[in-house]
Amino acid sequence: MALLYAITLGVLTTCGVYLLLRARTFTVILGLTLLSHAVNLYLFASGRLVSSAPAIIGLSEQPADPLPQALVLTAIVIGFAMTAFVVVLALKAAVELRNDHVDGENPDEDLA
Amino acid sequence: MPLALIILLPLTGACLPALMQGRSSRLLASVSAIPALLSLLMLLSWLPHVASGGDTIVQQLTWLPSLGLNVAFRLDGLGLLFALLITGIGCLILLYARYYFEGEDSVARFFTLTLLFMSAMLGIVLSENLLFMLVFWELTSLVSFLLIGYNTDRQAARLGARMSLVITAGGGLALLGGVVLLGQAAGSYELSAVLAAGDRIRAHEHYGLMLNLILLGAFTKSAQFPFHLWLPHAMSAPTPVSAYLHSATMVKAGLFLVARLHPALGDTSAWFHLVTLTGMVTLMLGAFVAMFMHDMKGLLAYSTVSHLGLIMLLLGLGTPMALAAALFHLLCHALFKAPLFMMAGYVEHATGTRDMRRINGMWRFMPAMMVLSGISAAAMAGLPLMSGYLSKKMLFTESLQVSTPDWAVVVIPLWVTLAGLFSVAYSIRIFHNVFFNGRPIDLPVWPPHVTGSAALSPIALLAVATLLVGLAPQQAYTTLIQPAFTAARQALVAPYDVSTLGGNVPMAMSLIALAGGALFYRTRDPLFRFHARLPEVDAKEIFDWVMRRTIALSQRRVFQLENGSLQRYLTFIVITVVLLVGLELVAVTHWHGGLPLGPLDPLTVMSALLLCLAAIGVVVFHHYRLPALLLLGVTGLFVTLAFARFSAPDLALTQLMVEVMAVVIMMLALSFLPQTSPRESTRTRMGRDLAIAGLIGSGVTAFSFAILTRPQQTISDFFLANSVPGGGGTNVVNVILVDFRGFDTLGEITVLGIAAVAVFAFTRDLQLKERVVDTQPGHWVAEPHPIMLSTVARLVLPIALLVSAYIFLRGHNLPGGGFIAGLITAVALTLQYMAGGLVWAQQRMLTAFRPLIGAGLLIAVATGLGSWLFGYPFLTSAHGHVTLPLIGEFELATAMLFDLGVYATVVGSTLLILANLGKLMTVAGPGKEIG
Repeated sequence: MALLYAITLGVLTTCGVYLLLRARTFTVILGLTLLSHAVNLYLFASGRLVSSAPAIIGLSEQPADPLPQALVLTAIVIGFAMTAFVVVLALKAAVELRNDHVDGENPDEDLA
Repeated sequence: MPLALIILLPLTGACLPALMQGRSSRLLASVSAIPALLSLLMLLSWLPHVASGGDTIVQQLTWLPSLGLNVAFRLDGLGLLFALLITGIGCLILLYARYYFEGEDSVARFFTLTLLFMSAMLGIVLSENLLFMLVFWELTSLVSFLLIGYNTDRQAARLGARMSLVITAGGGLALLGGVVLLGQAAGSYELSAVLAAGDRIRAHEHYGLMLNLILLGAFTKSAQFPFHLWLPHAMSAPTPVSAYLHSATMVKAGLFLVARLHPALGDTSAWFHLVTLTGMVTLMLGAFVAMFMHDMKGLLAYSTVSHLGLIMLLLGLGTPMALAAALFHLLCHALFKAPLFMMAGYVEHATGTRDMRRINGMWRFMPAMMVLSGISAAAMAGLPLMSGYLSKKMLFTESLQVSTPDWAVVVIPLWVTLAGLFSVAYSIRIFHNVFFNGRPIDLPVWPPHVTGSAALSPIALLAVATLLVGLAPQQAYTTLIQPAFTAARQALVAPYDVSTLGGNVPMAMSLIALAGGALFYRTRDPLFRFHARLPEVDAKEIFDWVMRRTIALSQRRVFQLENGSLQRYLTFIVITVVLLVGLELVAVTHWHGGLPLGPLDPLTVMSALLLCLAAIGVVVFHHYRLPALLLLGVTGLFVTLAFARFSAPDLALTQLMVEVMAVVIMMLALSFLPQTSPRESTRTRMGRDLAIAGLIGSGVTAFSFAILTRPQQTISDFFLANSVPGGGGTNVVNVILVDFRGFDTLGEITVLGIAAVAVFAFTRDLQLKERVVDTQPGHWVAEPHPIMLSTVARLVLPIALLVSAYIFLRGHNLPGGGFIAGLITAVALTLQYMAGGLVWAQQRMLTAFRPLIGAGLLIAVATGLGSWLFGYPFLTSAHGHVTLPLIGEFELATAMLFDLGVYATVVGSTLLILANLGKLMTVAGPGKEIG
């Protein structure tokens, strides 16, 4: 299970980073979202993988570690707010620069 | 009496002239003199204590103890000697400036900066903590920069200011490094400890580096060769500045430092060679160049360089009385050089030039000044009965005491005699050239504008002081020099009789210097012609060339790294991460930490596989944005499942809601952006990026595998044990959020609110009149609000709100809580927007989202503050049981009130973001702001 989980994290990270290095804002946002999934899952896993034992007193003998869960919960919500912010930033850049390249100018456009 | 007051008085006093812009120099000088005089008087009140050999006074306030940085002051003989010079000459400079700036407007800046400088300089000499001293050290460099560039409209002033800043601040940087090393070697930055740890420091492995760095700082500040060149260029400053900073005080800071740290660093072979040799070169070079200067201030500047070299030489010499001679000469120099500068300033005002080939025969016009300057020039030349005579004789005596190394025994006495000869020559030259030597030639101002006799008072006072030291050297020595000498040696020194000084050889050396200097001056004309034929080495050219090259080089490097491409920066960052983390990971030998891997079940394997496939799908289809976005949604859903699978129901619920909202937002954005991404990356680039991403991915896999198979050490047992008794809830995740770590949560919802308001601010003036790229017709549904959707949405709303209330209420004990309930409410309301359209929804809905965010934050903060009323720390929660009819018994905690704040902030923020992004969709916009 640990290996499967680790490989899944690796795949998510690889896809996220690859997209992050692309040239268009929308693609970068996609990559950012994938990467934040990976990060959240990674942080969550630092509490180790526990089956059928939520961190609720009285439900199980050995409940899951609640602390990473609490951390990740707020991380998810803030991650959403940041995604929204980046999306708006991308929109604004696209409107003002009239293209959606991350560098603000299309490399193939003749600037002269 | 607190020593801090001595520094604080001029510091606060510096505000006074700043508040009196445009007033006359007379008023400003009087006002500025008050704090300076008070400081001087306070210092004088300590004089009896210090002169009688009293203890070193140390006063201390803790500032940043973790860095070893304390506000600590120290007063001993050495500090007092310098502090008296700084305040005493400072007061006279203020008096001088009153006349020098007479009739000029806007001189308030000068007085402010001078007081500021005085305070910084006092800080250097009265600091007990070395790091604290460095702060003042840098401050003097900065103020000096501002004062040299005082005449901002003159290019020479600006260039001179820049040069001095580059050199002295560069030295300051080196000094910082040296002091940090020194502090580490000594185990403390407090001077008392550092000075007592001399043996340990000298034996330290970094002693050489430390010494070089510290001396670099001292040499740049005190204009030692080859850093001397900033000092002559600093002469563009107004003359009071030259007299004060660049002859009497600031340039002595380096000497002070060398004298101060002598017990910790001194008396090694490296010390002798570095300090003495640098001093020797500087002494000779300064004296030689000074003789041939035609500019009055230039001559004085190079002679200052030469005297600084002389004192530096003595500081390095290591003979028993060398330090005393150095300090004695330092005192004499300050007393005779400042009035000569003042004289030069007046003469320049009177004649309009500083060129000594034209200024001649001034004795007719200013006889009183001639007499006073004569005293100072005689002291500089070292004529008998003058202060300089004694200090030079001490120098000659000490030069004869040198016993090692072999070369020094012969070279140093000859060397100092020759330099003494030069100094006699230039002393005669400035006096004779200015006041005699025939008649003035072609002066810009004619007849010379004669200064009033009151204006001569500062020169007169300093001349009297010079005479006093010359006539009663023993008193000056015992009161001022001996305590300073004791402090600089950190050992008791035997009383010393100045009158028994010397013997025949030093006397002969003095006579040779006097006679030779006079002879030299008499034969000056052929020598000047000879000097003019010498190839000219302009140090400024070299400095400028070095500066230009350095700037060009760093610009090239900067442009190589920083070419404006964000894509490139990101690549650099990612590669750096790969390298930094990769190097660490390569060293790991046991990836498997020993824990069993855990059993696999088919459902989990399949979900993981689908998650991976969806993520890879996003990459594969990323050129087609809509499919990629849909696949992204799929990954989000599988992440949700992963949370659910591994016992995190709260996370699963949150992730589900967030996923819905995120996809909606990205969908909205996508409708404005191009529907496809062009294929513009080359194959090599794609390969490279894939390799980088693959490396990071494998690193993450290996790393998380290593973590997952290792036993866990967690602090969560505390939370699990205290959740019910301390927080009154069984859902530990929620109790952590609203109770144990409530302060974190407060910060996090604040961030959420800020992000939402930022989105609001960005979208407010975003005009999407035309879409960036026209979408193909038929790509988006023509019917904006399908009837099925709107009907169902309206039915769903009450149910969704009920669910959200239920989730909120149970959150403390079962999965749920403010975050999740808030998100559910937001999703339900978003559905209304989507189904009915923005205008429709807005007419029927509360849209005060920003107030809602504010209210949420206020509720959360107020809940936290509430615990203060009961005498508990911020955000302490109380709880109890409440039984409601029909619903049953449930726990009610004040934490729930806090959770209500979270709920309100989440709802407000999410809807503010969504509604404002949605507003962009409507063709004309709803006309007014939403939220």
